[in-house]
Order: sequence, then C-alpha cells, then structure tokens
Amino acid sequence: MSDGHHHPAPISPVEARARALEELLAEKGIVHPDALDAVVTAYERDIGPMNGAQVVVRAWVDPEYKRRLLADGTAAIAELGFGGPEGEHMVVVENTATVHNVVVCTLCSCYPWPVLGLPPTWYKSPAYRARMVREPRVLLREMGLDLPEQVEIRVWDSSAEVRYLVLPEAPPGAERLGEEELASRVSRDAMIGTARL
Amino acid sequence: MNGIHDLGGVDGFGPVEVEPDEPVFHHPWEGAVFGMSTAVLARRLAKGAQFRHAIERMDPAHYLGSSYYEHWLTGVATLLVERGVVALAELESRAGGSFPLARPVLSTDAPELGPRDDAPRFSLGAAVRVVNAHPLGHTRCPRYVRGRRGVIVRIDGAFPLPDVSAHADRPCRDHTYGVRFTARELWGPGAGANEAIHVDLWEHWLEPA
Repeated sequence: MSDGHHHPAPISPVEARARALEELLAEKGIVHPDALDAVVTAYERDIGPMNGAQVVVRAWVDPEYKRRLLADGTAAIAELGFGGPEGEHMVVVENTATVHNVVVCTLCSCYPWPVLGLPPTWYKSPAYRARMVREPRVLLREMGLDLPEQVEIRVWDSSAEVRYLVLPEAPPGAERLGEEELASRVSRDAMIGTARL
Repeated sequence: MNGIHDLGGVDGFGPVEVEPDEPVFHHPWEGAVFGMSTAVLARRLAKGAQFRHAIERMDPAHYLGSSYYEHWLTGVATLLVERGVVALAELESRAGGSFPLARPVLSTDAPELGPRDDAPRFSLGAAVRVVNAHPLGHTRCPRYVRGRRGVIVRIDGAFPLPDVSAHADRPCRDHTYGVRFTARELWGPGAGANEAIHVDLWEHWLEPA
C-alpha cells in the first residue's frame, strides 16, 4: 500500500452475484451489455417525474385536456408522448380542497414508470408499503403533510394492472406563472400524493 | 401465498426514511439488474406474474434484509435456474460465493375460472365482498382485504388472472375492478373516519355482498 498503487475496493457479495449473472447472460447471448447501458441511460436521463410534471401542468392550463386526462389517463398521457412499460393502463386521480389521493403498492412496488420514472427507495420500503394503507393520515403527517380531519384521504393500492398518477392542486398564484415555471414547481412526491404544492 | 411480500397493515417497521436527492440507481449493479430483468421478461423467458412470484418466494429473512434490486436479482436468477438457462453452480463459481435463490413454488395448483361472460359481473356502485381464501400459489389479492366488504368504483377491463398465469399456460382473462373499502371496514372502529383504501381486484376474488 505504500507505493501509492491504486487498489480497487472489493466488491460486495450482491454486486459479485449481479456481475456473475450479467457475464453468463452476455455469454449466452441473452442480454447484450450495450442494451443494458441503454436501458439505464433512459431511466437516468429521459424517463422521470419531469414527464409527469408536463402532464400535470397541461391539465392545469387546459380544462379540456384535464377532462380527457381524468376520463382516460392512458390516452391523454400518450398525447404528450409518454407511455410504455408500467404505464399501459393509467388512472389519474384529482386532489381538491376536500379530497387527497395517495398511491402505494403493498405487494411489490408498482409505480407509473413513463410519467414518474423508477420509484424512490422509500416508496419501496416495507414501512411505506405496510403503513400507508393502515394509517395514512398519521404517516402523511410524519412525512410532512398534515391534512385536517375534514379532508378525505383516498389511498390507492396498485394491486392489479392500473398505475396511478395524482393530479395535485395548482399552487397559489399559478395563473401568473408560465408553463415552464409551473412545471418546475411540480414535485414527484406531489404526484405520488405524499406532498401538496 | 401468504408471503412476506404482502405487507399491507403490518406493524413495527418504524418511520419511512426518505433520502434527499436520491439517484435513480445507487450502484451500477442495480441498473444492470434492472436491465437484465426487463430483458428476460421482454424475451418472454418468464412472465411478469412468475417474476413477481419468484420474489415472493424469497426466504422471508432474506426478503426483509435485502434491497429492492437484490429482490429483482434473486427473482430473475431463480427463474433462470429453474428454467435451466443458467446453472446455480455456474453462478456461484462466477460470484465466488453463495448465490441465494428463492424457495421452490409451494403449489402449482391454479384455480379453474368458471364460465365468464364478456360483460363484467359487477356494476359501478355494487357492494362486494372479497373471497376469504389463502391459495399457496401466486395471487395479487392482498390479505388485508380478504373477507372484507367494499364497493366497485371502477371497471378496468379483463386481464389474465395472475393466480393462473403464474402457474399455467391457459386462457385466464378475468375482469378487474377498483374496489373502495372504508378504513374502518379494514381496521376496525379505531381507524380514521374519513379515509378510504382502494384495491384493484380481479372478479375471481369478488362475490356479491
């Protein structure tokens, strides 16, 4: 170690297992490494909550689009060019002053990839999956969203084919902001339902 | 199966830990596992229901003690070993150590669907009760709604019933519904008064209430 030579950190057992499978699948011609890189790049760069934010802003500024979005989420989202795996059957649920929607998947971690990207670790955690259906108001408060008792909470457990997107209420003063500025205010968590804007 | 994955309503996990500005993948191997798994499914080496079931079959301690992408790695490797695409010995030799897989399928009995009309059996607003059954195979009906009464709030069309498609290659399309349950129906009188939980269920799991 005194010669300054760089020793790479030993890899973890799970990483060694992933590499083992990757090597075998490449040798057997089942998965090409370049194809893996392309998938990773797509979800790191192009597929994420900025897509959902475009959908939300369009609904805020265009009442006719909002009507279509709530009637047929999949078709209205496809109008903006978003669709694909885990977004084939989209339902959009609208927050109002008296109704708050929040999405969970208790059995695995189903999530609307085309509009929100891949889910954050907390969404996949046992604590979130266990508690959101059991004590949503308590859990939302813990996560920073304190909803008065008179606001009805609607939890959506994505247990079949539908994937959900929450349409948040527009923030105060939204009518004075341009679409780009509005889109920058739409958070991923507001589209899951663990935050409001 | 009443597996460790069926987490709705389980107590004792503590607070939800949120990592600010979390990356999409924390390590390159996570992205590789994501890409390999989606490729294996896209090449139809396994069905989505089988992939989910493979993860559900993980040893419960391994499941709770490992990350989401380790679940995926274990699930996809289990399926590939079970199908003879790769050998466990090859995996362990390359990995330089043990490669824990999921446990075997408990039962391959898939339910027979009764005769089905083209039209859904239940209409919007219908009162339904979830069947109280505990199959050993794959299902997407969470335990916390079994035997409970709800109301149909959406009719979503017919899709393959995972209880069948995970175990058999035969037609099994069945209507799916969004079903609304009050929190008090699920959790008793101590639950919030103004809270509802919606679960998406196949007709196979519903009966008139």
